[in-house]
Amino acid sequence: MNEKNRNINGVITPTEKANIFSNSLGFIKKNWIGFTLLASLYAIILVLEQVLPVSSMLFVVLKKGAIYALVAVSMNLCNGFTGLFSLGQAGFMLIGAYIYGIFTIPLEARAAVYQYFDGGIINFTVPVPVALIMAGLAAALFAYLIGLPVLRLKSDYLAIATLGFAEIIRAFFQWDKLGPVTNGSNLLRRFPVFSSTLYPFVVSSICITIIVLLINSSYGRAFKAIRDDEVAAEAMGINLAKHKQLSFTISSFFAGVGGALLAMYQTTVQAAPFKAAMTYEILLIVVIGGIGSVTGSVLSSFLFIACSEWWLRFLDSETYIGSFRIPLLASGFRKVVFSIIIMIIVLFYSQGIMGTNEISIDALLRFFKKLFRKGSKEEAT
Amino acid sequence: MEFLNTNLPYILAGISVGGQYALIAIGYTMVYGILRLINFAHGDIFMVAGFAMVYLSATLPLYISIPLTIIITVLLGFAVERMAYKPLRTAPRMSIMISAIGVSYLLQNCAWYITSGLAKQYPTIPWISESISIGTATTKIVTVITPILTIVLVIALVILIKYTKIGMAMRAMAKDFETSQLMGVKINSVISFTFIIGSFLAAIGSLLYFTNYATVTPIAGAMPGLKAFVAAVFGGIGSIPGAVIGAFIIGICENIIRMFGWTTFSDAFTFALLIIILVAKPTGLFGEKSTDKV
Amino acid sequence: MTIKHASIMVFLKLEILIRGGNLGMKRAITIILALCMVLMILSGCGGGTSGNVIKIGVYEPSSGDNGAGGKQEVLGIEYANSVLNSVEIGGKKYDLKLEIVDNESSNDKGPSAAAKLVSAKCSVVIGSYGSGVSIAASDVFGNAGIPVIGASCTNPQVTEGNTHYFRVCYLDPFQGTVLANFAVDEFKAKKAYILTKLGDDYSVGLGNYFKIAFENLGGTVVEETFQEGNSDFTAYLTTAVNEKADVIFAPTSTEAASLIIGQAVSQGIKIPLLAGDTWDSSVILDAAKGSDSKIYVSTFFDEGDDSAAGSKFVTDFKKWLNDNPEKLKNNGGNDIVAAVSALGYDAYMVAVKAIEAAGSPDPQKINDALWGVTYTGVTGDIAFDDIGDAIRDVAFIKSANTSDGSWNFVAIQSVK
Repeated sequence: MNEKNRNINGVITPTEKANIFSNSLGFIKKNWIGFTLLASLYAIILVLEQVLPVSSMLFVVLKKGAIYALVAVSMNLCNGFTGLFSLGQAGFMLIGAYIYGIFTIPLEARAAVYQYFDGGIINFTVPVPVALIMAGLAAALFAYLIGLPVLRLKSDYLAIATLGFAEIIRAFFQWDKLGPVTNGSNLLRRFPVFSSTLYPFVVSSICITIIVLLINSSYGRAFKAIRDDEVAAEAMGINLAKHKQLSFTISSFFAGVGGALLAMYQTTVQAAPFKAAMTYEILLIVVIGGIGSVTGSVLSSFLFIACSEWWLRFLDSETYIGSFRIPLLASGFRKVVFSIIIMIIVLFYSQGIMGTNEISIDALLRFFKKLFRKGSKEEAT
Repeated sequence: MEFLNTNLPYILAGISVGGQYALIAIGYTMVYGILRLINFAHGDIFMVAGFAMVYLSATLPLYISIPLTIIITVLLGFAVERMAYKPLRTAPRMSIMISAIGVSYLLQNCAWYITSGLAKQYPTIPWISESISIGTATTKIVTVITPILTIVLVIALVILIKYTKIGMAMRAMAKDFETSQLMGVKINSVISFTFIIGSFLAAIGSLLYFTNYATVTPIAGAMPGLKAFVAAVFGGIGSIPGAVIGAFIIGICENIIRMFGWTTFSDAFTFALLIIILVAKPTGLFGEKSTDKV
Repeated sequence: MTIKHASIMVFLKLEILIRGGNLGMKRAITIILALCMVLMILSGCGGGTSGNVIKIGVYEPSSGDNGAGGKQEVLGIEYANSVLNSVEIGGKKYDLKLEIVDNESSNDKGPSAAAKLVSAKCSVVIGSYGSGVSIAASDVFGNAGIPVIGASCTNPQVTEGNTHYFRVCYLDPFQGTVLANFAVDEFKAKKAYILTKLGDDYSVGLGNYFKIAFENLGGTVVEETFQEGNSDFTAYLTTAVNEKADVIFAPTSTEAASLIIGQAVSQGIKIPLLAGDTWDSSVILDAAKGSDSKIYVSTFFDEGDDSAAGSKFVTDFKKWLNDNPEKLKNNGGNDIVAAVSALGYDAYMVAVKAIEAAGSPDPQKINDALWGVTYTGVTGDIAFDDIGDAIRDVAFIKSANTSDGSWNFVAIQSVK
């Protein structure tokens, strides 16, 4: 009990460091089925890429879905697990995307990209993995600085303050005077991008695994305690300011990485699309998946992207059966249908797909054991 | 004097925009005062009012389409409350806010669908669309009318809240939701009434705003909505005079920023102001003592 | 492998079943969702080209900021398709079918729309109105090896540094210089006020080229930018007046344009307004009608063109519009021929020429053939240089006739 309390306080002792290490080893040991499944998922994607034509919409959905899954899970860490209603996600993604773009555009392409700013002032590039981490770190740094004043605010005030910060960040990145670095409001392009669907999957799954590890650690328990009852959590000796700051910063780190991946997916970056609407979209994904469920967020990301990019697209094009024009179908109808579905979920299934539950290997095994037992019982009677 | 002469148009524009923000901000501040809900859809209700006017005036004369627009807007505000917020009255605050974001998303998408996302030309309302000269500046009459009309409406509203029974009920609910319920206040009708007033003022605001700017787009409500909310927080949320003064300050500051050529930051400035006020004086300029905001 | 995946999905589905709570409805929904996932994996890829159809993709905005202009460009393409809807290669007749998507004028929605065209297996793509969306989707087409012919995207970055993007219109450095020359010649302008939209490559780019050219001619400029969603231009216009600018140059979307014109009129501003090709639209004429504002635009094509190809196109296109009420509505409710419609028509014809030259519906072959295509279109002779740009040296300047809402031809301007 004592040890637990110390953990929650957030003082990392050497023994605890060792604990975290062995915990993560234990995590891998315990979850070998999970890792096998993940590996087979990778294998399936590789095979699919060989079998299906590259142009299939499936890959578009899988790529974007994997990226949104990461962003949604990172938002869930902050909003769902710590109870901090932050709406700054798009701003942090913007930082990640820009940092990635700025530091990876090949030198020979800079003159063309920064054509209004004499090739820009940054004349070195870093390898892609380093740039991804830098993207996360930059977002985390901004989040830390923003967190200092705003995390003292509560619920809706925090929401509106973070939303405001995202807008300020956006204006800042569009500023002409920063043009030699950010290319003003013009597109950044020609940076290295991924071609295989596997890439975003691997990066996202590593990041999500780290988030899950964090949620299952003593920090995660502290986060949940803060979410459930701040006063009680404080009384138990949890350092509120520190833990909120930690959750907010880490969440932004992964949002930054997600932003960098999004940049790679889109092949160009510009500040304009990273507005409040993007944050709302991610928030809705989290809500549909269930606030406080990692697997829910992942599942709903893929569903959301598949619906909006693929399955519901037919609603947008005018369709004729013979000479009869099907009513209502026209550009924009997809979004109307979509937002109605979302409203229904928000109003009547506020738990989302998963509530706060998770799909876990243990639960699966338990389920089969139960099924088996039930079956044998039935046989007995 | 020279300075005033060259910069009068900025200040006039600022006062006019401030008046329009004020009419929207009142809706935010009243709803927040009672339900503790940031009604994200309020800006979009304002936008729908704009489109309603565009489509109605295409077939009907102005003296019918203007009242009809106001009625439609009020009904929409009422319907949104009944359908999207009432079922969640006992749910956590976050759920209602998400529902509000959902409604905003829905309204914008519907508007996008109906108009294909194209800008629509707002009908010209005679007289108030005409130009007049004030000193060195030429502007539309609506620019001058807006602040006057805003102040008249606010005075009427304050009287309503101070001296009528429903106003008393609203004040009671803003003070203590549960207790007023126990004392026999019919909360649902009072909340509906609040939304009706808010939407009514948003409809008036939209008439003035779009007469000034002449085109309506599906996202036309988003920015004014957010800024009006900032104004409400700035003035102290829950306080009607606070919201009005906050709106005028923000409208004028925004245009002064542009006067100095910092156009990239005119929106960002509003949010910076918001964060400064939240951190330094969370209750805003005229807010009552903080209960559980910070 | 599909079976393996499906079995995992079944696991997940069952898991959701037991954990998903006890609401019957909710359970049903979760099952449906899980089934959708399975379906998604199984369905794989849809659509394929049947033997005798060649698909030409149309990547244009029909909604958003540039929706009005995009629709007019699509009209030109549709009209061209109605004129010529089949092609004969190697003795075999192929039908030409248009595959139209809406890129919503948005740089982040564009690539998905482009992916839709790629997955529909288009042989060649035409588009887009608006340079930003064209650049944003360029790599999607490039990676799929599909050539694209831009009709009216004027920013140099569209075709620069790639081999699959072509265009039939002139470029912004040229257009900016033309307009700067015009401002100096016509108005003896010494000082210009430039207003551009943040985050719009077309707007920022053209503003920049105008600035360079204008300064080379000995003028000075004042530059300002506005944010997306901004509707209050009074402050900007006041600055233009206070700076005593001789001309206002505002290369913006038509949506912002109508706001700028409206507010300039109500503020009683008499400074001439100059803009690029986007303003060549009936939206501008509507906004300016009945006022005394002076509006000048540079454009690709003039309705009063008396060349044989030009006048035939204008008459036939007007007839086609008037025969189809739906199309007439998309053109803004009148039969004024927009320059972008003419360009859309030419781009389509160039695409067909390239398909013929390639002798195959294979995108790669069409791409190779495009370099050598020459064609005399309604907007002039088209041949591509080694970047993929049409070689052009003239622009039309038109002014808005505010009394009857039409365009007056002013001059054919070229760069000295």
